[in-house]
Amino acid sequence: MARKKESPSQTAGPYVHIGLTPNFTGIRGVYASDLGKETGAAGSDAITLTGTVYDGAGEAVRDCLIEFSQSDGKGSTKLSKVGRKTGKFTGFARVPVNLKTGEFRLKTVKPGMVAGPGGSLQAPHVTAWIVARGVNIGLHTRIYFADEADANAADPVLSLVPKSRRKTLIAEKVAKNRYRIDIRLQGEDETVFFDA
Amino acid sequence: MAKETRRAQTATAKPGAVFPLRDRKWHPKAYDPGYRSSILRSPKKKLVMIPQTASELAGPVFGHDLIGNKDNDLITNFARSGKSAIGERIIVHGRVLDEQGRGVPDCLVEIWQANAGGRYRHVNESYIAPLDPDFGGCGRTLTASDGSYRFATIRPGPYPWPNGPNDWRPAHIHFSLFGQAFTQRLITQMYFEGDPLIPRCPIVRTIKDPKAIQQLVAKLDMDGTKPMDSLAYRFDIVLRGARSTLFENRLEGN
Ligand SMILES: [Fe+2]
Repeated sequence: MARKKESPSQTAGPYVHIGLTPNFTGIRGVYASDLGKETGAAGSDAITLTGTVYDGAGEAVRDCLIEFSQSDGKGSTKLSKVGRKTGKFTGFARVPVNLKTGEFRLKTVKPGMVAGPGGSLQAPHVTAWIVARGVNIGLHTRIYFADEADANAADPVLSLVPKSRRKTLIAEKVAKNRYRIDIRLQGEDETVFFDA
Repeated sequence: MAKETRRAQTATAKPGAVFPLRDRKWHPKAYDPGYRSSILRSPKKKLVMIPQTASELAGPVFGHDLIGNKDNDLITNFARSGKSAIGERIIVHGRVLDEQGRGVPDCLVEIWQANAGGRYRHVNESYIAPLDPDFGGCGRTLTASDGSYRFATIRPGPYPWPNGPNDWRPAHIHFSLFGQAFTQRLITQMYFEGDPLIPRCPIVRTIKDPKAIQQLVAKLDMDGTKPMDSLAYRFDIVLRGARSTLFENRLEGN
């Protein structure tokens, strides 16, 4: 049978929150809470990852929404279901950026090392998927951690990225358990986006 | 299989090995100056091709306990008691399929839309058309074992938007879909058969192949109507990949 074509993407538009995080935009009483407010991280091993998404003119993209997915602290991607009960680690989070400042804030745990090609191990990383007005197809990137220098140097995916651009994928450690990364959709220091 | 095995655990494959590569010519390009907002929000550098590792092949699994009774009924899920949304009552239904035409079960489908007057319920929205006190504009459901889904809603109105001097969006419903892997994630829009605004819309026109545009146009489905109640529109969505391939990899991984 002839293969079907994937349905083409269309922009999520500026009002993506209505569908994906309705409580965030003041639509209350339909869903008890917004899906994926955090990955289910708890306790002293929790980290926060913050940053801002910028457009090609250096303006913050204030209508954008980011979905994160990652392994647990031990590198397993076989995680709990996303359901009504919270507190279990699902590895999935959906984060609208602040509508005024454009900053995102993800509370999670530091991921472990996930299997890579040919028996290798990948450095700890969070996968991110970015949608916004003006983004015609969701943008796929990864966030690595500056305090994992050895693992980053050996990472099979980072090694596919030109050396000069790898820094766009690495979050700086700004304090204990706090990391920061800015994402640039366009321009000098444009973040690396992937196709897989 | 253990209880949460709906993910590929150890499969690590070359680009395109588990899921065929995306046909980037079928999808809109990031940069399309006819859609003004894309000008500064489109990466200029080439996407870096990476293998499909566990990170790309895993994805959230959604529990059925997530979905409330009224979640797929936008006519009443925000309405005051005994009231319902204003507008043409419609059923939007269809199947979520993979590239081999097989239904994708347990796929989370989330939709959002403007009300019958073309007004969105959003803090940043300022269009002159009034809000409907009985319409929120969001709905969600999980597909059944054959990939089928169904929403009850009202037909959204077209609305003007700041792009060119006089651009109008055709009536549309935004769709968000999760398959079983991160690489299948998709957001798109559904249009209505016969709407003369479709070919005029700069966002529709970011898709260059007319057949691809047709894939987003729902067809009036008289067989699906509820007589004396609602018209029906049929809309199938195709996600990347083929479930059997992924399923085999999953078995290997578990
Ligand atoms: Fe819209």
